[in-house]
Parts: sequence; structure tokens; C-alpha cells
Amino acid sequence: MNKKKRKKISGADLAFRIFNTIFMIAFVVITLYPVLNTLAISLNDGTDALRGGIYLWPRVFTWKNYTTVLQKDNLITGAFITVARTIIGTFLALVSNAILAFIVSRKDFIFAKQVSLFWVITMYVNGGLIPTFLLYKSLGLTNSFAVYVIPGMISAFNMLVIRTYMKGIPDSLEESAQLDGAGYTTIFLKIISPLCKPVYATVALFVAVGQWNSWFDAMLYNRMSDDLTTLQYELMKLLSSVTNQSSSAESMKNSNGSVTPTSVRAAATIITMLPIICIYPFLQKYFVTGLTLGGVKE
Amino acid sequence: MNKKSISLTQLKHQKVLLIWAAVIVVYGVVFYYLPLAGWVMAFQDYKPVTGLLHSKFIGFDKFIRLFSDVTFLRVIRNTLAMGVINLAVTFFMAILFAILLNEIACQGGKKVVQTISYLPHFLSWIIVTGILHDALSGTGIINQLLLNFNLVEQPINFFAHEKYFWPIVAFANVWKETGWNAIIYLAAITAIDPSLYEAAAIDGAGRWAKIKHVTLPGIKPTIMILLLMNIGNVLNAGFEIQYLLGNGLVVNVSQTIDIYVLKWGISQGDYAIGTAAGIFKSVVSIVLIVICNRIAKRHGEERLF
Repeated sequence: MNKKKRKKISGADLAFRIFNTIFMIAFVVITLYPVLNTLAISLNDGTDALRGGIYLWPRVFTWKNYTTVLQKDNLITGAFITVARTIIGTFLALVSNAILAFIVSRKDFIFAKQVSLFWVITMYVNGGLIPTFLLYKSLGLTNSFAVYVIPGMISAFNMLVIRTYMKGIPDSLEESAQLDGAGYTTIFLKIISPLCKPVYATVALFVAVGQWNSWFDAMLYNRMSDDLTTLQYELMKLLSSVTNQSSSAESMKNSNGSVTPTSVRAAATIITMLPIICIYPFLQKYFVTGLTLGGVKE
Repeated sequence: MNKKSISLTQLKHQKVLLIWAAVIVVYGVVFYYLPLAGWVMAFQDYKPVTGLLHSKFIGFDKFIRLFSDVTFLRVIRNTLAMGVINLAVTFFMAILFAILLNEIACQGGKKVVQTISYLPHFLSWIIVTGILHDALSGTGIINQLLLNFNLVEQPINFFAHEKYFWPIVAFANVWKETGWNAIIYLAAITAIDPSLYEAAAIDGAGRWAKIKHVTLPGIKPTIMILLLMNIGNVLNAGFEIQYLLGNGLVVNVSQTIDIYVLKWGISQGDYAIGTAAGIFKSVVSIVLIVICNRIAKRHGEERLF
């Protein structure tokens, strides 16, 4: 649009535009189709859906899949735990990464370099699954809610993102506060943190999405505790039940009549992705900032 | 920064920083460094009863067992193959998408496409594999299209054949991460000096020529550094999707090192062999990262921006 000044469009240019438009349309269709298809299946009668041929619109409309999902106790528990771990986990991670970033971004702090290096090393070296598993077990973190929010609380990547942002804040602000007698706590709370709101939002978004989507910790550490299950883990169990029984799916008809594992899973999938779909478009500028900040290492 | 000597008053002044730093370092020691002590297990005849301190040392026995296991060698091959394939295709697609998106003149359309492109990144692998199952099932869109165009007689059971597994994993990675990975390239493209494009236009360059001679060279440093960073991660590229999509029929091509560790270490309770496999992965990753960093330094590209 803004290139109207260029008067003639050459043949090659036109071909390029057509190619590009087709590419983008194909990209959007491939990205959105599976999601919309799942939505259509979730709103369609389960047994009817097994016949196939449902693409973007339900053929036999019903809410039954959703009511079935909402009656499953373990899914309700999973949803509750997932919301709790997302809120608590994000809060803890944000506070601790912000404090750490503040400490290592103080130019006058005597151990700033060493503490930074201590964390950067953790990005590249880790004990691996088994030693970590045994450690959590001996710390009593298995079969506990704490295993969701404590172990991943501080991450070097998130710390670096915040640190890079903090280093961009002019020293003069802090110095004048120091002259007024403000200590580090005041500087952190009253001066630095209010200015860091955009980067805090970025890190909060990264952590929250990770918390919302994680399932492996639920499977590995809290398999025995049904009251600590998560939404994604329940969804995974639904998926494996579908793949194992898809051939005999029709026999899975239960008291709800026409609900199948496939249709119930579709409904659970939509419920699980709904909060994310509603929120992420409004946070775009934050994660774009975060990624570009994260690229700067030292 | 400056070579100030550390005075007592300074320490006193920084008391609060020191206390917090200490707390956080203790946390780091427990959760990030203590597990490293568990590596000792791989060199022991580890028994949970005797623990790390009292189990008998047996040297490299576990490693020898590991590398004489045909399954493990196959697992290394799978991890490497999928890691490299995924890296190559996701890289190519992200760069292509970023360049083409940048060429869209209509700002509104660009914004919409970009917003949609981020969506899959935020979905969990559980959801993505569920969606894949639907799309590739007998009644799914792919088989329907193949049938409609008479390309196949019978619906293909994509998850039952080894030859489809790696391409499916590669496609899933492209589907999930292309938009997200393109963010950094789009930022790099935005940073290119517009006068370069104007100069190219004066020289009579069309779109292709501009992309080839201005855009691509402009984002080359970004491409190089991201490539080097990701090569170090190539062995980390496989757990969730392979674990969720794998099944008995394709186990020969689906198992990765991480799955092997999980299977032997946790499910079979052989902690030592699982740890040994984990160590192998870590060591190879670290070596790759060090090599890549060397190369990046030699080319003077330590930073992204």
C-alpha cells in the first residue's frame, strides 16, 4: 500500500506477489485448520463424528462432549491444579528471577560477575533426568504440589532477559535515589521494578505458558497422587486411551449415549487451549521484546 | 568494574544484596549443581539401599554395556537424525516465512498472519500430537484429500509405518515453531538500513534481487549465531513429541536418548545405565556447544544484536 509511488509493476514482481499471497494463505490455512477441525469435532455428536467428513463445521451439533468433560472429576481437579500452579509458579518465578537479575545488574556489587557465571553455567550443564529424579525424591518433592513450582523457579534464561533490560536503565535514576538515602530494597521496589514492567510481563508470559502446558512433571513425580494431576496430563491420558482404542471406539459408548473418546478429547483440548488463545494476541509486543532481549548473552 | 578495593563499609552497605545472593546461590546449588553429584552413579554398581556414598565403584562398565547395546546405538541414530532434520527444516521455514512476511505490503494482513503464526507455539505437545492424530487418522483431512485425488486406494495408517515417523515429527516441529522462530529474523530484517533497499532499487533490483542481495546478507549474522546456538542443542531436540507419538510399531525409529533414559532409568529402575546415557548426551552437547562457540568467536559474532 505504501509503495504506491512505484508506478509500474513488472511481471516478475507480480508473480512474486501472487506467489507470496498464496504462500501466506496456505500458511494460515495449515495453521488454523487443525484447531478449527478440533473445535468442530468437539461440538459434534461423537458417534456421528466417527463416520468422518467433519471439517470446519459440526454436522450433528451437541454440547454433550463439553458436559461430559465438565463432569469428569479428574479433569476438574486437573484444571484447578493447573490454574494454581500457573498463578503461584509464575509469581514465585517472577519475584526470584527479578531479585537475582537486580543483584547481578548492580555495577557496584562485589560478586555480580561470579553470581552471574554461576547461573549461566546451569544453562549448559545439568545432572539429567535420573539424578534429578532421585534428588527430588529425597527432598520429599514427589507427590507434592511444590514439585511444580519450586524446582524451575529460577532459570538462567529468564534472569538474563530481565538483567539485560535492567542494564538499559540509566544509572542516574538510581544514583539520585541513593543520594536521598534509599537502600537497595527501596531502589529495587520503587525505582527499578516499576520501570521493568514490560520485561516482567514478558517473563511472566514465558513462565505462565510453560506452567500451563507442562505435563511431564505430573507424570513423573505425582503419578500416584490423583489430587495433584494437571489438565495437560489428563489430556495425555485421554489421548492414549483414544489411540489404543480407536478401532473399538464405537463400543466405548457409555451412559451419555453418543460420546466417544475422540469427541471428549476434542472438547478437553478446546477447553485447555481456550485461555491461551484468548490471551496471547494481546501480549505480542511483550514476547517479541523478550526474544530479542534473550538473544543478548553477555 | 573499576578496580576498587572492597572495603568493610562497602560490604555493610551491600548486606542486603549479599544475603539475597547467598539464598539464591544455595537454591542453585541444591537444584542445579547437586544433581551433578549423581553422575557418580554411572561409575558404580549403584543400589538405592547403599546410596551414592557406599555403592561399589565399577569404572566404565555401564558405559561399555551401553555402547554394546544395539538399541542404544539405534537410539543415538534416531536422536541425531531427528535433531538434524528438525533443525534444518525449522530453520529454513522460519527464514523463508520471515522474508516473505516482510515483503507483504498490506500492514493489516501482515499483522493478522503474524498473530496466527504464533498460535501453535503456545499449544502444548499434548495438544499438537492430539491434533496430528486427528488430521492423520483414517477419516482425517490428509487421508480424505489423498482419497479424493485418487492418490491412494486405502487410507494410510501413518502411525504404523516407520518411514512416516521422522517426516511427521519434522512437520509437527515446523507447524509449531515457524512463526515463533521467525520473530527474531523479522527483528533482524527491521534493523536493516532502508537506504540499502533504496540504493538497490535505483540499481534496478527487483524483489528477488533485493531479497538476495540486501535482506539475506543483512540477516546472515543472526542466522549464523542462531544456527551455532542450536547445533549445540541438537541432541536435546527429542523427547515430548517422540514420546507422545511413538508406539510399538515404530519403536525402532521413534526412541530418542531421553526416552531411553526414562525407560531404563525410571521404569526399569536401572538408575546407573540411565545416568550413563544421560552423561553421554550431556558431554556430547557440551562438546558441540564449545566447538560452536569457538567458531562463532572466530567469526566475531558473539552477540546477536
